[in-house]
Amino acid sequence: MSEGFLLWSYLSSGQLLWLWVTLVAYAAGDWAFRASGRNPLANPVMLAVILLACVLWGTGTPYQSYFEGAQFVHFMLGPATVCLAIPLHANLGKLRRALVPILVALVMGSLTAVAVALGVAKGLGAGPELLASLAPKSATAPVAIGIAEALGGEPTLTAVLVLLTGMIGAIVVTPLLNLFGFKDWRARGFAVGVAAHGIGTARAFQVHETAGAFASIGMGLNAVLTAFLAPVVLRLFL
Amino acid sequence: MIPALVLILFCQLVGEVISRGAHLPLPGPVLGMILLLVGLSLSERLQAIVRPTAQGILGHLSLLFVPAGVGVVAHLPVLQSHGLALAAALVVSTIAAILVGAASFALVNKMMGGQADE
Repeated sequence: MSEGFLLWSYLSSGQLLWLWVTLVAYAAGDWAFRASGRNPLANPVMLAVILLACVLWGTGTPYQSYFEGAQFVHFMLGPATVCLAIPLHANLGKLRRALVPILVALVMGSLTAVAVALGVAKGLGAGPELLASLAPKSATAPVAIGIAEALGGEPTLTAVLVLLTGMIGAIVVTPLLNLFGFKDWRARGFAVGVAAHGIGTARAFQVHETAGAFASIGMGLNAVLTAFLAPVVLRLFL
Repeated sequence: MIPALVLILFCQLVGEVISRGAHLPLPGPVLGMILLLVGLSLSERLQAIVRPTAQGILGHLSLLFVPAGVGVVAHLPVLQSHGLALAAALVVSTIAAILVGAASFALVNKMMGGQADE
């Protein structure tokens, strides 16, 4: 009994266990996603997060101890962002030809994301700190966190709202755009990159390479635009 | 794989130095991506070195968001007390932004006489 307890306290405070559990949870999520015939409702990120949240809750493990181990996976977000240059480079010609649609869709999509989120949240009684945390939620996590800090929001809450936005975007994008009959892969990918950053981009790559490349440029451009737009729009709602 | 990682991390490193040094709103990895894009445009050899590793990393992009996503558990009280406002704001704004973005792209493309990529 006490030996088992000692082993558990060693493992649960170390990095190996939580890194492994993260990979298992994602493998399970990805398996369920494939088994469901790639049903967008079975989003692998969401499934893995639910699974891990249950494991942490069931074992009484604080998020901080979990993150110690999972930070190796988290760290790879930076290099992965750099790697997005590869699909971007492969689609550079297509990007150049669609420069005007890209810029118009960027401004419209980004403005809609910030203004509608703040309007709905304020209408349902959210206070200033919550609105400041919510404003940059469509930008990629590291940028959104910086913006929220500057606006007087709660950065870690922003990180969660960014993640939830990405999961919602990844789940709704395919059925939504099919319903409205959008067929251009560039428009489909770009829109989800602007609205739902990296998770939307990962989803776009699962569907089509061109959509993925346009999603990554949407994500990159919206990271810049949100930094300028969020403070201006937030002022209108305070 | 090692030369590819050296190049990728070098781009990120230079991006971080520029971003922090010049206090830019752009994060280091995004600047690193732009730097690698410039490099790829200049050298075909660079493409051959980086491509296999980059595609391996991007093939599992979704996995990388999992640790931050689990942060939801640390914010359950706030999410519960403002659950409805936040859920409605996220769902409605994300759907609206995707539709407005895709529609503006398609409309402007059509107005300019561009071809759709289907």
